[in-house]
Amino acid sequence: MYCPKSEKRKSFLIILPIMIVLFIFIYGFIGWSIKVSFSAWDGIIRNNDFVGFANYKELFTFRRFPVDIWNTIFFTLLFMIVCITGGFILAYMIYSGMKAEGLFRTIYMFPLAVAFVISGVLWRWILAPETGINLLFRMMGFSAEFSWYVSTKHIGPFNIALISLVIAASWEYLGYTMAMFLAGLRAIPQQVIESAKIDGAGKLRTIFSIILPQIKPIVFSAMIVIGHVSLKIFDLAYAMTGKGPNFVTDFPGLYMFETTFRGNHYGEGAAISVFMLLLIAVIIVPYLVSTFKGEE
Amino acid sequence: MVGKNKVGVAVKYILAILFALMFLFPVFVLFNTALKPFAEVSITKMWILPTTISFDGFREAFIKLSGNFKNSFLLVIPVCTLSIMLGAICGFIFSKIKFKYSNIIFALFIFGMFIPYQSILIPLVQTLRRMGIYGSIGGLVFTHTVYGLPISTLMFRNYYAEVPDELIEAGVIDGLTIWGSFRQLMVPLSIPSVIVVLIWQFTSVWNDFLFAVIITQDSAIQPITVALQNLAGSQVVEWNIQMAGAIIAALPPLIVYMFFGKYFVQGLMAGSVKG
Repeated sequence: MYCPKSEKRKSFLIILPIMIVLFIFIYGFIGWSIKVSFSAWDGIIRNNDFVGFANYKELFTFRRFPVDIWNTIFFTLLFMIVCITGGFILAYMIYSGMKAEGLFRTIYMFPLAVAFVISGVLWRWILAPETGINLLFRMMGFSAEFSWYVSTKHIGPFNIALISLVIAASWEYLGYTMAMFLAGLRAIPQQVIESAKIDGAGKLRTIFSIILPQIKPIVFSAMIVIGHVSLKIFDLAYAMTGKGPNFVTDFPGLYMFETTFRGNHYGEGAAISVFMLLLIAVIIVPYLVSTFKGEE
Repeated sequence: MVGKNKVGVAVKYILAILFALMFLFPVFVLFNTALKPFAEVSITKMWILPTTISFDGFREAFIKLSGNFKNSFLLVIPVCTLSIMLGAICGFIFSKIKFKYSNIIFALFIFGMFIPYQSILIPLVQTLRRMGIYGSIGGLVFTHTVYGLPISTLMFRNYYAEVPDELIEAGVIDGLTIWGSFRQLMVPLSIPSVIVVLIWQFTSVWNDFLFAVIITQDSAIQPITVALQNLAGSQVVEWNIQMAGAIIAALPPLIVYMFFGKYFVQGLMAGSVKG
């Protein structure tokens, strides 16, 4: 758009202070955290002595951090699988035409407005081994001995207890992926689907060879959204399970919070946070680059 | 259309209703427990309906949480106001005025909404201390406004990008400055995106836990999410009070969602960047 020079300068002066504050609070602070992660700061008194990668090395000398990384990987994978497939099924049901569509959509999506802390408190009770779902099964005459989020069973590095968190997180987020897929499905030109039908494609065939390829970018976006939520997971685990016995439900976010703000191990906490940032950056940066390249 | 045969349709509705029940049964648990008198709250009676409806849980929860409920409003209202004002200004600049490197700067802006906030917490606490607003609602307002700005800007930018440049240019021809036409022509058009940002910031700031638990230590000024968590963490397992508290804490964002569902979805979509 055409904009006179003087107006442009004025606009620049308006946005400059906002930009400076934002860049300090994002990039300046990230740099500051990185600096702390290389420092000997381990207590209430600040200590800026440079110790290289000592804090990072220390993270890997104990069991906790490697367990956290495995937990993050498995939680992310399961959460993603449930939200992508479940979200698609819900969206497709609504897309294929339903009475009371608005009602169903509202029901599937309302948990999105509920705080993770609240659903954490709620699901902690529903999945408590001594009551909740187990009690319901027992009342129906089954023997329900599953110990949900306090289970210390594991298959290799996969802690079974994580399933409870996946259930709670999916309850909260399925509506999100459903809404994304529904928007994507409705954007597919009707002729494309009609002509597939004329060519004699069955319903499944249409889904797999016509619809899914059309909404591939949305599947990708949904994976990014779900992925970055799960890599950052904190509130839900904090409220629902805490770190759990043997760290079965521990995550880097919890570890960082505890060690920094409850234990005053600032250097170590900063190292965890830098690690978390790197994990996120690996998926977000290429995504942003591709989004903004596509726009130009 | 798809699903002509009756069996298929029936299966679909059965599935849809089963899913709906799965989403709703935690709500049943909430109310079933919250409305019980304390004597009936026990782990063995979780699924049994209350013999008498009692509002004791709600009363107790409200006594314990009303101050924090108010704190959350004191936090959310200024954050929403500031987010809308600053977001509109930044969104306008990034969509219509543009300067050298503005796209790259915008992308760097947007990265800010994806970062794990753990990676800025240590410097944030130090800085807020130095600014003298650590431990206050003011400190939380400031923090949420700053870290909410990327998404608020994005929402306004996406919306303004759809408005034709000619509108502003017509204003300029009529003798207005660019910012004059922003005020007189764009701002009145902005209502939909104002609502989207309002709802988004309202729910995400109301529901925030991480910043709140780090920045506010004094229980008298903590927002409701932290207070609820403290209630749940206490030794007494008065589940009816806890569940009633959860309902109270969840209510404002849920009401917003019920009334402005359409805009809420728009906000969610902006959250996945592609507007």
